[in-house]
Amino acid sequence: MSASAQSQSVFRNRLARYYGYFTIGFIGFSLLMLLLEVLAGLPTQIIGWIFLLLTMALYATIGILSRTKLLDEYYVAGRNVPAVFNGMATGADWMSAASFISMAGTLWLLGYDGLAYIMGWTGGYVLLALLFAPYLRKFGQYTIPDFVGARFGGNTARVVAAICAIIVSLTYVTAQVVGVGLIMQRFVGVDYTIGVILGLSGVLVCSFLGGMKAVTWTQVAQYIILITAYLIPVTALSIQLTGFPIPQLSYGQALQRIQELEVQQGLSKKTESPVVPGKFITSGYIPPFNEGLSNAAAVDAVKQLNTQFGLNLTPPAAQTIPDPKKPELGDWRGTPWNFLALMACLMLGTAGLPHILIRFYTVPSVRESRMSVGWSLFFIFLLYFTAPAYAAFSRWQILENVVGKQISELPGWTKTWASNGLIVIRDLKVLDGVEIGKEPGWVKNLINAKSLVVEDANGNGKIDLGEWEDIGEGKGRAGEISGTVVTKARVDGILQLNELGRAAADGIDGDLVVLSTPDIAGLPFTIGAMIAAGGLAAALSTADGLLVVIASAIAHDIYFRTINPKASLNTRIVLGKSMIVVAAVIAALLAMPRLALIAQMVAWAFSMAASTFFPVVLLGIFWKRANGPGAIAGMIGGLAVTLFYMANNYVNPAFNVLGISHLGAGIFGLPVAIILIVVVSLLTKEPSKEIQDLVDNLRNPITDDEGMSKMIDKMAPAK
Amino acid sequence: MSDLTKLPVAERNRRYWQENLRLITILLVIWFAVSYVPVLFVEALNNIVIAGFPLGYYMGSQGSLIVFVVEIFYYAYAMNKLDAKYGLSDRDR
Repeated sequence: MSASAQSQSVFRNRLARYYGYFTIGFIGFSLLMLLLEVLAGLPTQIIGWIFLLLTMALYATIGILSRTKLLDEYYVAGRNVPAVFNGMATGADWMSAASFISMAGTLWLLGYDGLAYIMGWTGGYVLLALLFAPYLRKFGQYTIPDFVGARFGGNTARVVAAICAIIVSLTYVTAQVVGVGLIMQRFVGVDYTIGVILGLSGVLVCSFLGGMKAVTWTQVAQYIILITAYLIPVTALSIQLTGFPIPQLSYGQALQRIQELEVQQGLSKKTESPVVPGKFITSGYIPPFNEGLSNAAAVDAVKQLNTQFGLNLTPPAAQTIPDPKKPELGDWRGTPWNFLALMACLMLGTAGLPHILIRFYTVPSVRESRMSVGWSLFFIFLLYFTAPAYAAFSRWQILENVVGKQISELPGWTKTWASNGLIVIRDLKVLDGVEIGKEPGWVKNLINAKSLVVEDANGNGKIDLGEWEDIGEGKGRAGEISGTVVTKARVDGILQLNELGRAAADGIDGDLVVLSTPDIAGLPFTIGAMIAAGGLAAALSTADGLLVVIASAIAHDIYFRTINPKASLNTRIVLGKSMIVVAAVIAALLAMPRLALIAQMVAWAFSMAASTFFPVVLLGIFWKRANGPGAIAGMIGGLAVTLFYMANNYVNPAFNVLGISHLGAGIFGLPVAIILIVVVSLLTKEPSKEIQDLVDNLRNPITDDEGMSKMIDKMAPAK
Repeated sequence: MSDLTKLPVAERNRRYWQENLRLITILLVIWFAVSYVPVLFVEALNNIVIAGFPLGYYMGSQGSLIVFVVEIFYYAYAMNKLDAKYGLSDRDR
């Protein structure tokens, strides 16, 4: 064993010890809080504050301890992160507020169709391991645009890549900032804006001083917190419901009960398609492909833009497919194409996202990089493997104890969540005795849409309900309310599954499942605070990694490599640091209006990465003949086709191929990008001898950072 | 083993790369077979129920994920062996 290998192993052992103590400390601390809550009656608000502030103080401490002035440490953590720890850091980097809080909610809502996300966001790591990680580590520079610039010989390709990286990362980081604000608001009751500022200062203390080095070691701590916080509540729920402490294995029982309850409650129905005679669609949690297409999200997004910014845009006409009025649009339910396209885009996009790719620059060698992807996926897998269990247990409990019950007899937690506005009970019976003008928001929307009419016949200023009667033309009446939505089922006071809405106005859909688990299981508030700390860790760690990408794209790729190659090391560090602050401030400003469009754009980022970075990096490594003009044509062409399909289908779902939604648009951009790279490369000059040597060198697994840097500097001489 | 490390450099690298490509192809075929193929047959697979899990649903929610993790670790292991076979082992750090 060489001296450096020995010091590396000492380093690894020391890290394992520190983080081991840390894990024990976190669990011990949580137990202490639990005792204080149960025995001493510590107020929940204080528990929430202690959890959030203590974890943030911890991240800040790691950030300050890891402060650095060295360029290698600032951009790539000194390239000495052992595979296992890089795996944890990648896990935290990857799993965002959406994975932590909304993933299980998506599965809860969509059933099988939601699994495209589970497979997509894990299967991408196989591509990363087999096709990208070892070669990028061998390349061993600072950014992904670095690779594009060196391999495709020129600053044009580099700048195009840098701009793509900035756009993708900025939307992504904005979504994290929204998540931070919402978690702070919900668990410690501060104003959303203050939550955003508090959270962002946590991010900044860490990434500003220590760049990638600080981000890496904070992310490891954040991973430990987020995975502990994710696994404990569902394990408790599993013990309570099935008597078995491994939820990942025991939720088969929940799936069985869900299917039985769906049959009992008439939710599992085989219905004929309204437009394609003889085609049957089965509804329910297990049956696949039963989601239609709709542009409801686009309609809402335009309305939100109008109210937030005082604009006067015309929202697109609402359109769903299948549409009985337009049978020619067909019925794509029951076909797997949308599912497969979405899954493919998520996989290819995962492998092409810059903030994940740069994590593989931080390991010491090519050999470690291969192992590191394995550990990354393993740590991500722990959460994704568990999300379906969360969803299934929650679905089971909702069907068993909530749906089909009298509203007055619902379990206590449902009422708490309804009064917090986290869930909405849309049975019209809740209107009985409500003062006119004080109806809940969803009722006001119905009144505005003229599907509900309220007349105060007895003039007491309140809504009084009576027996339901059919008044023809598809309308019903029950006392002082009437209209198309007044059906017998909606005024009977029995909660149906489709009357259980979620607080969509909050901007986070489906957060109910993970957040409500402690309440469903009757666990103390401390567990809820732990979940909040976990969600915060997930959002902050992802935001940290993204800020480094944005800062390095501007300070390294655009400024140093393109504008001023003679810039001193000091200037580059100072510029990198200031760009982190600028990016954070821009993200905070973008997050303030809480646009639903932001979450949408994050979903689109995968399709965009799948049709730009993925094919360019892939062919750059595996096809020597690919050249600069080909890469530029491929990136632009792929992106153009993807955006074209995306925009058209988003606004008007009648524009589709095989019923594939805008979320899977990358599936059309990718082949176009590949064809363009191949055709344009073959029509233009083959890459220089130096570049071909570079590709040969990438394929040789012996790490040689000095040799590689010399080779690259020679190819891109300072101007 | 020793004969491979003594090959001319270009020939050695070419053979090493060919073996690597073969391994990648095999693993990608498995990757495709556990994620995309079961989606096409999900309804039929759902008729098979193991420990409460309909098989089609299970492949999407957990089955394919297990294979993904195993595949990546296997690739790291197999490539370390391949590196050694061709005398291209990365130096220990």
